[in-house]
Amino acid sequence: MKLGLVVDLDTCVGCHGCATACKQWNTSGTIGPLSDKDPYGRDPNGAWLNRIRTYEVGDTPNSKTVNMPMSCMHCDNAACVTVCPTGASYKREEDGIVLVDQDKCMGCNLCSWACPYGARELDPHQGTMKKCTLCVDRIYDERLPKGERQPACVLTCPTKSRVFGDFDDPDSEVSRLARERGGKQLMPELGYNPVNTYLPPRNKKQQAAYETSGRSVKDTVKQWVNKVIAR
Amino acid sequence: MHPAFSVLVFTVLSGAGYGLISLLVLAHLAGIPQLQDTAVLLAGGLLAFLLITGGLLSSTLHLANPKNAWRAFSRFRTSWLSREAVFAVLFYPFLLLYLFGIYRQGAELGALFKLAGILAATLALVTLFCTSMIYASLKTIRQWNSALTPLNYLALGLMSGALLLAAVQAVAQGGLAAVLQQLALGLVLLGAVAKLIYLFWIGKPAGSTIHTATGFTQASVRLLDQGHTANSFLNDEFGYRVEAERLMKLRYLMVGLAFVLPFMLLLSGQAWLAPAASVLAIAGLLTERWLFFAEARHVVRLFHGEQHT
Ligand code: SF4
Ligand code: SF4
Ligand code: SF4
Repeated sequence: MKLGLVVDLDTCVGCHGCATACKQWNTSGTIGPLSDKDPYGRDPNGAWLNRIRTYEVGDTPNSKTVNMPMSCMHCDNAACVTVCPTGASYKREEDGIVLVDQDKCMGCNLCSWACPYGARELDPHQGTMKKCTLCVDRIYDERLPKGERQPACVLTCPTKSRVFGDFDDPDSEVSRLARERGGKQLMPELGYNPVNTYLPPRNKKQQAAYETSGRSVKDTVKQWVNKVIAR
Repeated sequence: MHPAFSVLVFTVLSGAGYGLISLLVLAHLAGIPQLQDTAVLLAGGLLAFLLITGGLLSSTLHLANPKNAWRAFSRFRTSWLSREAVFAVLFYPFLLLYLFGIYRQGAELGALFKLAGILAATLALVTLFCTSMIYASLKTIRQWNSALTPLNYLALGLMSGALLLAAVQAVAQGGLAAVLQQLALGLVLLGAVAKLIYLFWIGKPAGSTIHTATGFTQASVRLLDQGHTANSFLNDEFGYRVEAERLMKLRYLMVGLAFVLPFMLLLSGQAWLAPAASVLAIAGLLTERWLFFAEARHVVRLFHGEQHT
């Protein structure tokens, strides 16, 4: 099995719901807490396993706003694991999930340096490394109803922009989406072979841009005033 | 990259200590007359011991959870940091045996003590190499991911070691030995050349861009919002920013302190200037190490809006 996520950049609206659900679930999950330094103060700073960035792609009028959520890609070739001196970081044979054993980590930060995707953040209170667990404590929990054995971020996403599944199974929804929508890996040139796949935005009809009349602001205002006075 | 002071101190001091002990053993066993002197050997060995131990202790200061530091020996097969830790510890018994031999027998060592010396010198260089490979093996930082990184660490470690050896010998015997002076001058030149090649090489644009990072390779990409209004671990660790002008000034300072001044002081041949030369070089190398971090740009910065690394 090769478990991971598909993220649809066409439909993601950048609501940060996945990041919030992730923090909520995982702060009391197997690797919790996800602590914050100075949470209500001037300069809060804490561990998050998922972050959303927003880009403008292309130039006006042919530009598009793209929201890009990023969590651990559960890379096939995870250098974050090989650099770890304590053996705290490991990749599971059976499903490819990359995890950090909180009881072994010494907080040297080296794995976060080795990760190209900014997926690892040091917990400011515990001094150990935190990262996305692919909600390993949900997806195998047989006490949950079948439909809820999914990562918290996937369940919460209001636009269904996150899909969880097995990339080794060619008929799974994630494999099908990646195939049909031309799924992409981020920074493939580094050779980490990330599992999480991003679906590029669909090409849509260009919206007609608002045309200005070419008059100056002063003329426009004058025209309005004249109109009002004429009445 | 954020330059953590404890890591700067660690790499510079332990590098100088490893360079010093390996050159000291080499010069001693090669039969250089000024080094057949118990006082010089013991003083040099002790200085190396202090520098290395101080450096290693400083390195544990940057761990956020040091109570698990003992586990760092467990991934020798894959992790350069683990290898560094193993070799750094393995080095000590041989160093102590060698120094014990000198203490008991003077400069005329028996075969066992000689062997311990050779092993200590070798392990010193191997440890220094492992330290450099921690940085050189990271594909995420193009300024480090190069054979020039181990070359620089080894050259600069040996250079500061040679300056310290000359200083110890000059102070202990009241006059600078010509052969040690020439060795140090040669290594300062080598270090300067290695550093200048490195600075030239990192100046060329290369590596990942915001386009390969986001997957939009056919249009311009600009960051609109990084997703958090306050700071984050990623910003603190990787977002370190220094103005180009200040970097340039520090580069000149580094070349002056680490290479030019020590070279000139040593060229004078005055015994009393040799310690000054090594102190200046260490200060210069601290600047060098600071720049090594400050000028390294991690690919995560691309996601935070930088166009290239
Ligand atoms: S995304 Fe980063 S933390 Fe996750 S497996 Fe890849 S290298 Fe490791
Ligand atoms: S911070 Fe922890 S998990 Fe990461 S490399 Fe160091 S010991 Fe391993
Ligand atoms: S899979 Fe779980 S841990 Fe990973 S980003 Fe989603 S909610 Fe967070």
